[in-house]
Amino acid sequence: MRVNFTVNGRKQEADDVWEGESLLYVLRERMGLPGSKNACEQGECGSCTVRLDGVPVCSCLVAAGQVEGREVTTVEGLADYAKHRQDAHPGGGCATGACGTSLQDAQQWKAKGQDSQTGEGAELSPIQQAFIDAGAVQCGFCTPGLLVAADELLERNDMPSDADIREALSGNLCRCTGYEKILDAVRLAAARQGEVV
Amino acid sequence: MAGTTTGIPANVTQGARTKGGVGESMLRPDGTLKVTGEFAYSSDMWHEEMIWGQVLRSTVAHAEIVSIDTSEAVALSGVYAVLTADDLPAAKNYGMEYQDTPVLAYGKVRHHGEPVALVAADHPETARRAAAKIKIEYRELPVITDEASATAPDAILVHENRGDHHAGHVPHPNIVHRQPIIRGNAAEAAKKADVIVKGEYTFGMQDQAFLGPESGLAVPSEDGGVDLYVATQWLHSDLKQIAPCLGLPEEKVRMTMAGIGGAFGGREDISMQILASVLALRTSKPVKMVYNRYESFFGHVHRHPAKLYYEHGATKDGKITHMKCKIVLDGGAYMSSTPSVVGNASSLSVGPYVIDDVEIEAIGLYTNNPPCGAMRGFGAVQACFAYEAQMDKVAAKLGMDPVAFRQKNAMEQGTVMPTGQPVDSPAPVAELLRRVKARPLPPVRQWESSEGADVRALPGGLSNTTHGEGVVRGVGYAVGIKNVGFSEGFDDYSTAKIRIEVINGEAVATVHTAAAEVGQGGVTIHAQIARTELGVQQVTIAPADTQVGSAGSTSAGRQTYMTGGAIKNSCEIVREKVLEIGRRKFGSYHPAWANAELLLEGGKVVTDGGEVLTTLVEVLEDEAVEVEEEFRHRPTEAFDLRTGQGNGHVQYAFAAHRAVVEVDTELGLVKVIELACAQDVGKAVNPLSVIGQIQGGTTQGLGVAVMEEIIVDPKTAKVRNPSFTDYLLPTILDTPTIPVDYLELADPNAPYGVRGIGEAPTLSSTPAVLAAIRSATGLELNKTPVRPEHLTGT
Ligand code: FES
Ligand code: FES
Repeated sequence: MRVNFTVNGRKQEADDVWEGESLLYVLRERMGLPGSKNACEQGECGSCTVRLDGVPVCSCLVAAGQVEGREVTTVEGLADYAKHRQDAHPGGGCATGACGTSLQDAQQWKAKGQDSQTGEGAELSPIQQAFIDAGAVQCGFCTPGLLVAADELLERNDMPSDADIREALSGNLCRCTGYEKILDAVRLAAARQGEVV
Repeated sequence: MAGTTTGIPANVTQGARTKGGVGESMLRPDGTLKVTGEFAYSSDMWHEEMIWGQVLRSTVAHAEIVSIDTSEAVALSGVYAVLTADDLPAAKNYGMEYQDTPVLAYGKVRHHGEPVALVAADHPETARRAAAKIKIEYRELPVITDEASATAPDAILVHENRGDHHAGHVPHPNIVHRQPIIRGNAAEAAKKADVIVKGEYTFGMQDQAFLGPESGLAVPSEDGGVDLYVATQWLHSDLKQIAPCLGLPEEKVRMTMAGIGGAFGGREDISMQILASVLALRTSKPVKMVYNRYESFFGHVHRHPAKLYYEHGATKDGKITHMKCKIVLDGGAYMSSTPSVVGNASSLSVGPYVIDDVEIEAIGLYTNNPPCGAMRGFGAVQACFAYEAQMDKVAAKLGMDPVAFRQKNAMEQGTVMPTGQPVDSPAPVAELLRRVKARPLPPVRQWESSEGADVRALPGGLSNTTHGEGVVRGVGYAVGIKNVGFSEGFDDYSTAKIRIEVINGEAVATVHTAAAEVGQGGVTIHAQIARTELGVQQVTIAPADTQVGSAGSTSAGRQTYMTGGAIKNSCEIVREKVLEIGRRKFGSYHPAWANAELLLEGGKVVTDGGEVLTTLVEVLEDEAVEVEEEFRHRPTEAFDLRTGQGNGHVQYAFAAHRAVVEVDTELGLVKVIELACAQDVGKAVNPLSVIGQIQGGTTQGLGVAVMEEIIVDPKTAKVRNPSFTDYLLPTILDTPTIPVDYLELADPNAPYGVRGIGEAPTLSSTPAVLAAIRSATGLELNKTPVRPEHLTGT
């Protein structure tokens, strides 16, 4: 089947999708957006969290067909989404086509060794920067899902208590950090957000 | 140690000190990639025309394979290959210490979930459907699941014809390895004891549960070899095992590290490396393979479950007289690293205490349970759980404070281990305990305190099952000792290639090693060391691959010590060569080149008095200096097979925990309120990641204490809970605040004085939580994990 939907502000079209394919699979293997992670594929770990029309969901549990005509935001589009948060349709602020990953970019995604030196200068959302600054990233496999969930929390609640943060992130497993620095990161992003206002 | 960070030269003002060196809290160089989703993990690999690999695993634990019929699977459209053991190109077995693990089962299957057949297809779903069409006929055999069934005189042998070097020393062929340690005379010393305490403990099977599944991409190359992109803890160890199974020389198997989503020991053994490579060679197509979580539970070895039998004696004044113990580790169907785990459990079974008279025996079993091997803490974890429970029991029997009792018997620098090896660097056991104890306790019954009153603070949280009626608090302590690095005579080394050159007008160092960055922060500290040693600001970390010498494994807390040491070593030689070039060019202009101690700082050549001679850019111009050197820690030796004596370990790490829990005794629910840790880290090369490692290790220990366990059916040896739905991991709601207090007592034998960090906090956190639950409830609780039914007696 064919699925038409918007990913990170960009219209996308996926062809030859099997009926059983998940949104996660389509994003990762067809759109070339491997940022959302595949740790359990059964809705238990939150590594695959994306926003579907603004609502955080486990993309491994969403059938690809369900996203027809809808808007998806992944970690790859998080910075842009945060920047356009005030817009009526955040993530839709990309009519120019200057953001998001095109299918062509996706095709060019190749096996390459881990290069720790690239990525500098990328524009980051406050929560992304806070995760780096607080040391909340270790292996980083949980990070994309946590970022999407935490960003949504901060959108709803700009001064979350620790209990609020724990509640909002309780669907996201992290095996490396012990969560303490993840809490630090969310607190840091909230504090920085407060300063700006 | 010589060669540590040097002071700021007095008369150099301009950017003199290199920023971001050893001892500073530096941010990860891969952080930006990881938060934007661009970091390429092993499951993110993509290649034009790639196809998908899928394993078919045995549905029974122990059986003869009567027949395999692949005809229907092959006929499915989109299928490129269906392979069984008969189709393997060369060696049929692999293994880290001994090659007893079949790539694909032949003749027999020995555990539930063992790989039996392989499929490659154009879509993962096609591959799964094809695998489901393979028909296998098994003739089931009785399962061996515990010590009694394994060592019965007429027991079926898990491996009929053992050829490994332990085979001749073990009392039964279903025992992988046995390590006794006899020192002093425990029977005689027991006569001096005023109290004797015995205990039996059970430690459940824990899974590493790294989040990034086993995965990678194998690309066939034109020369008939294969390029392999995988996530592993030790590229060169993999290479040694993969090449013979592919029938290729090692040069034709080029391995590049793909991004690693956690490891914790679970990536020490081979998983999909050989399988994907075989499929790629067979189909001449790039093959991607990604285990799902169900497969991941079968795709790597677990932490050894254990039974531990302990006896301690003590005099009225609180001095331990003797210790006897037997530790039985279940190694499952294949050897993996069980012999080394046995050596560790045995040699660390006394814990960080002075006990002169001991009688110790540790064994590892072959069974039909899932294979067990490396996991964070490696054999020391199980022992710590038992000896710390014993410490509390003895203290209680003597009417002593449990911390004071531990401190009275705590080892220190100079204490002789039961193996006869003296501890020759700081061992601040009593001090670590003092520190966690001195910390103020968190307020009680936080859910009802006027400020921030919140049911979410209750055990059970939002389920609104209690308002705190049956909730009691407990506090517990534990401390542990872990060896660092590879022990028992293993030739443990690491290699680093360092290059320095001028790029765009700036001196840049490149660090190339094969070390696995599993999340621990190696890439950060590698750059820090290069900055400190070479005085450059810009450091590039080259991708890890097999084009450079082995770095050894990212395990056993050894990587900062070993690869850090190799980088430091190589940098020192690079520095000498740079200075030599400088001497050649500028020696005649300034006498300091000949007679002063010269340093590289802030991109300049500086005298130890702080005078700037020139810049690195002027010295190097268009020359590059490159050095590849190895680093070895001092040699160790094997433990004697009868007495256990021998200088087996290189270094020790120590951590202590205090756990504060609240237990709802009606519901059997535990809420850990705080889990404070104090640890000696030798030298904190990057304080930020030191704390992260300690908190992460602590949380894994907490998981074992209250929820984590792979449940294996004792009748069928089948795994009952291979999913994140049924294997419970601590979430952010289950994990308390983890305050960390670290000491930096340098190990005089280690580079910069570092001490392995990652493993020790996993040891003591479990027994501390158990001790706290016991103190809250008064129950015995001799098993991990503690489940609600253990607390309510239902
Ligand atoms: S991968 Fe979707 S929740 Fe785990
Ligand atoms: S799972 Fe590795 S950083 Fe969270």
